[in-house]
Amino acid sequence: MNLLGDVARWFADPAHYRGSDAVQTRILEHLEVSGLAVLVGILVALPVGLYLGHTGRFAFVAVNVANIGRAIPSLAAIALAIPIAGTLLGVEHGLGFWPTFFALIPLAIPPILTNAYVAVRGVDRDVIEAARGMGVSEAGILRRIELPLALPLILAGIRTAAVNVIATATLGALVAFGGLGRYIVDGLALQEFDRLFAGALLVALLAIAVEVALRTFERAAVSPGIRVRQGAL
Amino acid sequence: MTPGEPLIRWDWIASHLDEFAFRLGEHVELTVIAVGVGFVMAFALSLLILRLPRAEGPITWITGTLYTIPSLALFALLIPYTGLTILTAEIGLVGYTLLIFINNIVRGIRGVPADVREAAVGMGYTPREVLWRVELPLAAAVIIAGIRVATVSTIGLVTVTALIGQGGFGFLILIGLQRFFTTELIAGAVLSVALAVVADALLVLLQRRLTPWAEVA
Repeated sequence: MNLLGDVARWFADPAHYRGSDAVQTRILEHLEVSGLAVLVGILVALPVGLYLGHTGRFAFVAVNVANIGRAIPSLAAIALAIPIAGTLLGVEHGLGFWPTFFALIPLAIPPILTNAYVAVRGVDRDVIEAARGMGVSEAGILRRIELPLALPLILAGIRTAAVNVIATATLGALVAFGGLGRYIVDGLALQEFDRLFAGALLVALLAIAVEVALRTFERAAVSPGIRVRQGAL
Repeated sequence: MTPGEPLIRWDWIASHLDEFAFRLGEHVELTVIAVGVGFVMAFALSLLILRLPRAEGPITWITGTLYTIPSLALFALLIPYTGLTILTAEIGLVGYTLLIFINNIVRGIRGVPADVREAAVGMGYTPREVLWRVELPLAAAVIIAGIRVATVSTIGLVTVTALIGQGGFGFLILIGLQRFFTTELIAGAVLSVALAVVADALLVLLQRRLTPWAEVA
């Protein structure tokens, strides 16, 4: 089997860098839908997670959201988003970008929410009591003490969400979205292994690259004094 | 969804109970093999890490990278070598369990208080006895927490293997998707989530049985 040679030829073929099916177009589509979904996930889940963690109320919400999130099969999320997107947009079958986007949001929320909750809950109570004794307001405690101390775990949650979302965005190709999944799904359907393999390599590399980039950002953003090595899954 | 077609056709559900049972069997089989093989492999790798701390870096790096690769991509990368077979599905599924298991086994055993371990050694336990009779029982709660996470996420991932001709309930989701038949699609999704919830509940019961002294989180 000369698969690697075929794949190398596939990547060398200038035809694969032109038009709507070009590699760079597919990468941008993949990043666009993933980035927007993670952004919405952060906007929804981070404030809720921080609030729940700060007040310590509704712990069961934070814990159960994580468990439910893990149980949702990504394939089902994408598939079920078709009728939902269709209803929301007022068309018969919502296909393409919207069902992919809608399906990714609920997958982004659980790790962000749960990690934010656990991280803020885990901040040393003595530190918070000391700040309270010094007259720091509740908002000040959240912003100046809990948030910096919780940051490594919060960022780990966002990283987990980003990797999950990039993985699932691959399945968007099944509902007529573009992205890198297009090569895999089409390659599978047409039995073209060079295309299939190229798509799989590209999406694997993209996921790893995003993970590495977020880790680098984490190193820059977190105070050296409070770095933790192991993030929560 | 043709116009006038209801979201769920209950008569179709009633007439396909046999198929649901068959897909349940497939789904459970794929999950049990993945979690079982993954646990055995992760257990061996965890013991290696505990004995040889230098191995921790490479092992967590490799399993972490494996965990990062999107599932469809991992299955697709294996197809040219192992084809549309259960082996392809299982290699991928096992790969995703390793990081979760190793994390929890190593963390659980390292979390055993040092004086407990010393007391056991002082009572004349061999290293093997310390592992099986002191460390593993005390780490059981953390290890079972890892089994819960791995089982629930594997049940979700099994649906994706429908794209390579396996899939259990994922088969219903995929066929429902291709035909725009929401009844079949929703049935597959709901059954998959229900299986995950039931499996998780059973593992909680197992944890209570095995570690009656521990507070269940």
